[in-house]
Amino acid sequence: MTELLHPYDITQEADIMQPLDFNRRSRLKHVDRTFKSEIINIIRLTEMEKLFQVRILDDTARERFSFRPGQFVMVEVPGYGEIPISISSSPSHKGFIELCIRKAGLVTTILHKARRGAPIGIRGPFGTHFPIEKMRGCNILLIAGGLGLAPLRAPIFHVIENRSNFKDVHILYGTRQPSMLLFNYQYEEWDRIADIDLKVTVEHGDESWTGQVGMITDLLDEVDIAPKETYAIICGPPVMFKFVCNRLTKEGIQMNRMFVSLERRMHCGMGKCCRCNIGSTYTCLSGPVFDYWTVLNLKEAI
Amino acid sequence: MLFKTLSKPEFRNLVDLLLGSTEVIAPKQIGVNNDGKPLHHYLPVQEFEEIDLEYEITEYSAKSYFLPFRENLSSCRFEDDDWTQEIHYRLQPRVLMGLHSCDINALLKLDKVLAGDRFPSPYFISRRRNTFIIGIDHYPCEGGFCQSVGADVVTHGFDLYLTDLGDRYFVAINSDHGYNVLMQVDAKDTTGQDNKDYLEARQRIASKFEPLNMHNLPNLMDIEFESEVWKRWGKKCLSCGSCTMVCPTCYCYGVDERVSMDGREGAKVKQLYSCNLLDFAAVAGGHNFRADRETRLKYRYYHQHRGFMETYEEPLCVGCNRCGRVCLAGINPPEIIRDLQTEDQV
Repeated sequence: MTELLHPYDITQEADIMQPLDFNRRSRLKHVDRTFKSEIINIIRLTEMEKLFQVRILDDTARERFSFRPGQFVMVEVPGYGEIPISISSSPSHKGFIELCIRKAGLVTTILHKARRGAPIGIRGPFGTHFPIEKMRGCNILLIAGGLGLAPLRAPIFHVIENRSNFKDVHILYGTRQPSMLLFNYQYEEWDRIADIDLKVTVEHGDESWTGQVGMITDLLDEVDIAPKETYAIICGPPVMFKFVCNRLTKEGIQMNRMFVSLERRMHCGMGKCCRCNIGSTYTCLSGPVFDYWTVLNLKEAI
Repeated sequence: MLFKTLSKPEFRNLVDLLLGSTEVIAPKQIGVNNDGKPLHHYLPVQEFEEIDLEYEITEYSAKSYFLPFRENLSSCRFEDDDWTQEIHYRLQPRVLMGLHSCDINALLKLDKVLAGDRFPSPYFISRRRNTFIIGIDHYPCEGGFCQSVGADVVTHGFDLYLTDLGDRYFVAINSDHGYNVLMQVDAKDTTGQDNKDYLEARQRIASKFEPLNMHNLPNLMDIEFESEVWKRWGKKCLSCGSCTMVCPTCYCYGVDERVSMDGREGAKVKQLYSCNLLDFAAVAGGHNFRADRETRLKYRYYHQHRGFMETYEEPLCVGCNRCGRVCLAGINPPEIIRDLQTEDQV
């Protein structure tokens, strides 16, 4: 007898789904493909963190891969697992990304053991970005606490590369102790740029530390803030950005002009697995970048 | 919508045709519970006699045929210091029959998340489009509140939908696929009497529901976010995750990587997870965003009745009360919703 039902082969389907504006990976057949990438350099930052410079191997994929500051990728080590990592490099480099990774779990531990040349998988980029285009002609406060400098580095590079689009630029960074400072080899470079103000502080100094000691909010005392024309990007643990944002609110900056990046567990990056839900908002789709007013309205966000 | 009628013997011919040509999954009795009531599952069947269309509810939903408990997202072949990724999707067609309106509505809700325009899931869509669905009308099941969440009727999401009129079925046809299959047997055009009998049958079903007060539930969820109701029910919760396993719409999952014993092959495996399990929202470094039982229990309700509502203007819950039936601690949505409705109202 003839077949009553005919098989449907999804791989024969044209790319019918429209891509999202900021993400060209939302096409039906490609959502779970990884870009095979090579670790080209590994840079030791602290005891716990390393910077991985990664390049997508396929020429076409590399050409098509672009991201905006604040977005993240899913990094797969086949056989071990897949984790969300924020992109830490300049958005102007095509198909080349830097990932600052702290040794914390199974996948990050194996990554810390990886050598140059190791092939890993990259999916993405995913999530929302810092709306730098809106900040044209304004002052920018780039504030990071601890590991928060990793996601903040993308907007820092973007601002430096497009310096003439902005007025005053301040980079404020704080950690618990000097040994935890990330990218300390870069401070001098940033500081030497004539029109960028960099301030670094630690909560607890040690004998070799000659810089400032105090909380990140103390650094704000030294900054003249013009609230009507200032935007802020804050990356760090919730307790830190809560203090910073409250302080900036007192200075008169509107809450929808402060942007923070949230951290959640993620298994898909595409609004499916629900692991990153805050109340009912997917951090991977509506975030990780939120304005502070939205964060205040999210149940259980901070 | 096109309608036909099908005599019971002709219906049997149709099922026999399907059984002869493809895999058929249907409600089948698998035993009895402690009270002597029959237990049913959706299972592959070979014979018409195995199918029990008179069933009240299946213990598991039909979800597992679209979101299997465990599924390979991709496989990986390791060679020397390199690897290659391979992805395969399900291609074989099959028939899933005997679905009640709640289970079909559940699939429509899953479609919104998994087959919408934001990152559609090829794994899900492949299974969905390869499944021929025959639904059937039924009387309300014990504890079910599908009418209160608008899941007691369906107008799409199936190929054929049957309403039992005694000696014949009234058949709604929702796809050309469904039409072609139905034309293989002797389906009759509907008469005025058929329409009358069908509408009466629907009325009889509709009159049997006991309404549950769902009024203003999304706002209520926000207002009662810190409520004692959650603490009271949270204390009972065993965090076992059974509720989400049997739920027709819970789609949360986790992804793990596995490697074969010889180390030559690996797989990225998706496994359904539960928001009630302890480590659901735990992040690197040890912080757990939902460390308490009550917040995890609350979260599931919040997602179903508040979060999904916000995005899609309908609740995710279809009111089947499978989670209530399976819960070892007696936690069930009708009672929780009643508690929420009455907590701050005298």
